Amino acid sequence: MKAARRTPADPRFLGGALALGLLTVLIGGAFVGLIAEGARNPGAAWAAFDSYLLRIIRFTLMQALLSTALSILPALLVARALSRHPTFPGRHLILQLFAVPLALPAIVAALGLLALLGRAGFLAPPLGALTGEPWPGIYGLSGILIAHVFFNLPMATRLFLEALETVPTDQHRLGVQLGFKAWNSFRFIEWPALRKALPSIAGLVFMLCVTSFTLVLTLGGGPRATTLEVAIYQALRFDFDPSRAVALTLVQLALTVIILALLSRLGADAAGEANLSVAPRRFDFPSPRESIANGAILLAAVLFVVSPLAATGIAGLSADLQRLASEGSVHSATLTSLWLAFSAAAFSILLSFALVRTRHALQTQRRDAPPSLFERLTDRGAGYVLVVPPIVIGAGWFILLRTVADLFALAPIMVITVNGVMAMPFALRLIRPAHDAAATRHDRLCASLGITGWNRLRLIDWPSLRRPLLAAFAFAMALSLGDLGVIALFGSDAVKTLPYLLLERMGSYRTADAAGLGLFLALLTLALMLLSDRLGRSRQ
Amino acid sequence: MKGLTIRFDQVTFSYGEAQFLFDATVSAGSITAVMGPSGSGKSTLLNLVAGFETPTSGRLLIGEQDMRDVEPAERPVSMIFQENNLFAHLTVEQNIGLGRSPSLKLTPEDKHAITEALEATGLAGKQKRLPRELSGGERQRVAIVRALVRQRPVLLLDEPFASLGPALRADMLDEIRALHARLNLTILFVTHHPEDASRLAQEVIFLEDGKTVAQGSAASFFSESGPLAFRRYLGQVA
Repeated sequence: MKAARRTPADPRFLGGALALGLLTVLIGGAFVGLIAEGARNPGAAWAAFDSYLLRIIRFTLMQALLSTALSILPALLVARALSRHPTFPGRHLILQLFAVPLALPAIVAALGLLALLGRAGFLAPPLGALTGEPWPGIYGLSGILIAHVFFNLPMATRLFLEALETVPTDQHRLGVQLGFKAWNSFRFIEWPALRKALPSIAGLVFMLCVTSFTLVLTLGGGPRATTLEVAIYQALRFDFDPSRAVALTLVQLALTVIILALLSRLGADAAGEANLSVAPRRFDFPSPRESIANGAILLAAVLFVVSPLAATGIAGLSADLQRLASEGSVHSATLTSLWLAFSAAAFSILLSFALVRTRHALQTQRRDAPPSLFERLTDRGAGYVLVVPPIVIGAGWFILLRTVADLFALAPIMVITVNGVMAMPFALRLIRPAHDAAATRHDRLCASLGITGWNRLRLIDWPSLRRPLLAAFAFAMALSLGDLGVIALFGSDAVKTLPYLLLERMGSYRTADAAGLGLFLALLTLALMLLSDRLGRSRQ
Repeated sequence: MKGLTIRFDQVTFSYGEAQFLFDATVSAGSITAVMGPSGSGKSTLLNLVAGFETPTSGRLLIGEQDMRDVEPAERPVSMIFQENNLFAHLTVEQNIGLGRSPSLKLTPEDKHAITEALEATGLAGKQKRLPRELSGGERQRVAIVRALVRQRPVLLLDEPFASLGPALRADMLDEIRALHARLNLTILFVTHHPEDASRLAQEVIFLEDGKTVAQGSAASFFSESGPLAFRRYLGQVA
């Protein structure tokens, strides 16, 4: 009724509808592939539910559970130590260091851990001397666990610290007045805040570990330490067993849906990322003994995070960088990576911007009325693309198209779309607040001055949203650049990205080459992440 | 430019729980104050005139023209809001220029008009400033200048001076009055301050619970024989 006359023509609705349509095609196509294959050969798909599959499920869950416990428990201690000491030189640096693993491509982290703790790693001689036998390296479960902790402990620490910093200063003041010792403070002030955040943070880490692909692929080593995602990849790329892939994919999907459903009940944010905030002033001062203990905890955590990074750097620098830099295959992989990542980022930004704009327009129009399904889809719905792991989408399309098209020729389009969609939740988070604030300021003014369409984009939206858009672009590009998901399925000699080339070199035991490439890739993504952080933070 | 009559002919509107019914006439070339308690629908009334809201039923006429299906930018109306009247990333000149051309393609004639209007309001030499480099009063002046270069016969003011100090607010009201004397616009302004209304307005529309409950000359409103609801609002009767 009211304002209905403007509804059908509003181009902002069209953009969101188009974006949702694309998402539906991308995810729906994958399902069509899976279901068609299952229906074509139901016996084989059923037969794939064997004891091997059960073992994979068990291992997937077990490693995720262990990884979560090993990440969360120390993170509680580290976060508490940081919160007890709100000002000391290097604190800010530690927090920044803890953001690095998130920005690092998984394959580079795996490489760093191998350079440090592998059979021929930097720490192999002392560890061998310690155990009295040749150091076996960290392949298998131990490797997976260490890698997952390397990624998730710093993230969980930052999230827990954020939770601790929501405690009002007055509570700390009150604690001092009541003569709280460290234990009392923990029990009455810190623990309640941590406990509230615990389920969602643990859930997030668990989810990341269940869907972890690259780390398990590179560090798992063999069928005994395989997760569902890696098994899907192996079924498609090595065993050419689409029926098994269908069964695995369906199980993986069911698992992620269940976990995410539980997560959303806990109020977790599946695209979780902590902000660096200013620590509130505290009035309680830890005793010298506690300070020493906290110092030791922080030092251990820092060493744990720094050493694989350092190993990446050292191993990378000792590679024959000059030869690598002149290799044609490296050049072409770099170019391929850059243009694929650039396109994926552009796709991601377009999708996100269209969704954000539509959502805001719908919300403004309805006022206090409950949101329509369309609006909810542009809102939370878009975030739930994370339910479907990239490998699952890739596998579905792989199965669907394998008989009708040259799969490897489709690699670019698959990488661009899937990586673009996977970066979308992060892009949304960077773009949406800025867009909504700007739109709230500008909508009426633009309407009254007749600034619409291209004029509005050019004169109003672009200048005021340039920074968050570029921040989201750099972030999406970094994610895509370091990703070894879809490309693992669709990569070939014709289309190779840097992570794919890296995996190849690792597979053929050219470890030094891999280390050099890893360093290069890490620097590329870190530079982009840094750029994104800069652009996202400093607003006029 | 000549002011136009605004007629609310049984205009109804609703959102959520709130229901509105406006029935009133604002005569051409008058200055009318819209008053009433918070939530009584003052801003909604202005938004309906500006076209940000669409009536559920009834007719809204400006001049002789029914405003149904007329886009905000097409209406013979300029509106100045309480805040956010300017685009923060555009200069004073560009902000005003948007009043002439929504694509910011300005002819020499446009530029001349802008410079002239800036000089007339004491903003000469500030063409290249960004809004954040201006004071609150100057920002609202720029918004007024833009409304002027748009040359629309109706000017709506939604408490644009509410955040200014008393002296500055009085100055701005005087400027609005001078403007009115020069251009003979129809001016509709929302205010919380009785002294602003009695200082500037010729007429008053009083709202209560989303309805236009009283309308009349400012002189009669502020006299002993003013409408009871209005005097209760002012706190003059229990």
